[in-house]
Amino acid sequence: MSERLSRDDVAKVAMLARLALTDAELDTYTEQLAAIIDHAADVAALDLAEVPPTAHPLPLENVLRPDVVVPSLDRDEVLAQAPAVEDRRFRVPAILGEEP
Amino acid sequence: MSDIPTTALAIATAVRAGELSARAVLEDHLARIEAGDGEINAFNLVMADEARAAADAVDRVVAAGGDPGVLAGVPLAVKDNLCTRGVPTTCSSRILEGWRPPYDATVVQRVAAAGAISVGKTNLDEFAMGSSTENSAFGPTRNPRDTSRVPGGSSGGSAAAVAAGFAPLSLGSDTGGSIRQPAALCGVVGVKPTYGLVSRYGLIAFASSLDQIGPFSTTVADSALLLEAIAGHDPLDSTSIAAPAPSLLSVLDQGVAGLRVGLVTELMGEGIAPDVAARVREAAEALAAAGAEVGEVSVPAASYGLSAYYLIAPAEASSNLARYDGVRYGMRVDAETTAEMNTATRTAGFGAEVKRRIMLGTYALSAGYYDAYYGKALKVRTLICRDFATAYERFDVLLTPTSPTTAFRFGEKTADPLSMYLNDICTIPTNLAGHPAMSVPFGSGTDGMPVGVQLLAPALGEPTMFRAAAVLEAAAPSEVAR
Repeated sequence: MSERLSRDDVAKVAMLARLALTDAELDTYTEQLAAIIDHAADVAALDLAEVPPTAHPLPLENVLRPDVVVPSLDRDEVLAQAPAVEDRRFRVPAILGEEP
Repeated sequence: MSDIPTTALAIATAVRAGELSARAVLEDHLARIEAGDGEINAFNLVMADEARAAADAVDRVVAAGGDPGVLAGVPLAVKDNLCTRGVPTTCSSRILEGWRPPYDATVVQRVAAAGAISVGKTNLDEFAMGSSTENSAFGPTRNPRDTSRVPGGSSGGSAAAVAAGFAPLSLGSDTGGSIRQPAALCGVVGVKPTYGLVSRYGLIAFASSLDQIGPFSTTVADSALLLEAIAGHDPLDSTSIAAPAPSLLSVLDQGVAGLRVGLVTELMGEGIAPDVAARVREAAEALAAAGAEVGEVSVPAASYGLSAYYLIAPAEASSNLARYDGVRYGMRVDAETTAEMNTATRTAGFGAEVKRRIMLGTYALSAGYYDAYYGKALKVRTLICRDFATAYERFDVLLTPTSPTTAFRFGEKTADPLSMYLNDICTIPTNLAGHPAMSVPFGSGTDGMPVGVQLLAPALGEPTMFRAAAVLEAAAPSEVAR
């Protein structure tokens, strides 16, 4: 974390997030994201070994409901919003056999 | 036009009594939108036909001797990240353009059940990420008080709609200040309720541990009215607090005698414009004059709030926005394989700020950086909660500026994302703690633009917060015309 965010870091993160960046965008985002990460150095520098994390402001418990069948969203209404549908299912391009 | 009351309370009272028709109220407001929104651009969509049908239904209930509810006939604008069944809901993003949700958000159902008339969907920074509404895919909203300036964000359309008189009430969402900051910049009241007080079902997620829905209005009483109507447990939101809605209208006239008010020292110095700080000190004096005990209080961890927030919120956003993959809803850019289709769709569909935050969050969560950034930020969140708990041992409510400055001009902060993020420095700590806070107009800056002061309270402290807000509203300098 002592090294500044690099262009390669941003390229890797963009790939993980399924975003394609042009060379110019890669330059701009590298500069902007590095500045933001630099600003967060105040937090990264704190010694918080004894402090527990807070992921959520409420003391949450698992919420359950009775195991009974209730109406769900209308299938045709949902499918009507999909970009591509076949046999009342979402249609996507090939997945099996493609490069990882 | 002049015989239509300006507040929601007055409109609802007249409509329920049969003295005013909901249709007449609606036509008056639709005419204002028609005349003014070409310049302001508060709305992504005006729902004139649906609104007319709803208003006529309210009038039929009154004619039949029934009571349509506490918001009877009140025009209300809805932020376009709240789902409306069958009505386009875009988040001001290309990736959701044309999408018609198959269900209503709980708040949308509740305001309709209370007789309110939804008049349209309001503009926002794409996926609620921004502080100026300049990040909208459908063009910026302009500040009704000075159209060369931003309305704030991300709920800029909802704030502007109320400030421009397009609707007495609107709904927004607040993840790091997205209700309070635009309320301050537009000179209206805006409330971020306690996390879990208002159901988030049907609010399109940005950062789920921070997001909360709340009201905008021109008066404190109208925000109390709307918050009472939308608050309360909802089994459809697993983070909804299992408690009844608070009673707020009934406490507004109780005053602040004996109430302990703390001015937060960390949020009154560096980075806060002198004219804004001066209004906050005057607000403190006004509360003291009304009988409150005013003192200064330190919330040390608040200084780290901005850094923690801009790790936590993007981390949650990067996860939440993974769902926009071109498969089930919204746009798709076709490609040979699914992975290529995912990338092509997201690259074409998301704007620059959304991409920036997704990448920031992905980085903060990635192997090798998780502990240094996201993990640390979660621990800072604990420190902020502890510091607030300590402050609330000595004080009932806290007072700060809402925004470090008055409304800025278009383009002033778009080139430097960090300068834009600094707008949220006073509002973010509350979201991290899950506490309620609200912005109340209090005079204006040296540029003549409105200043908002922010009241903070501990979890479920809304009644106390609203009492103080009512006193500030009554004492506010007259420069800000309402």
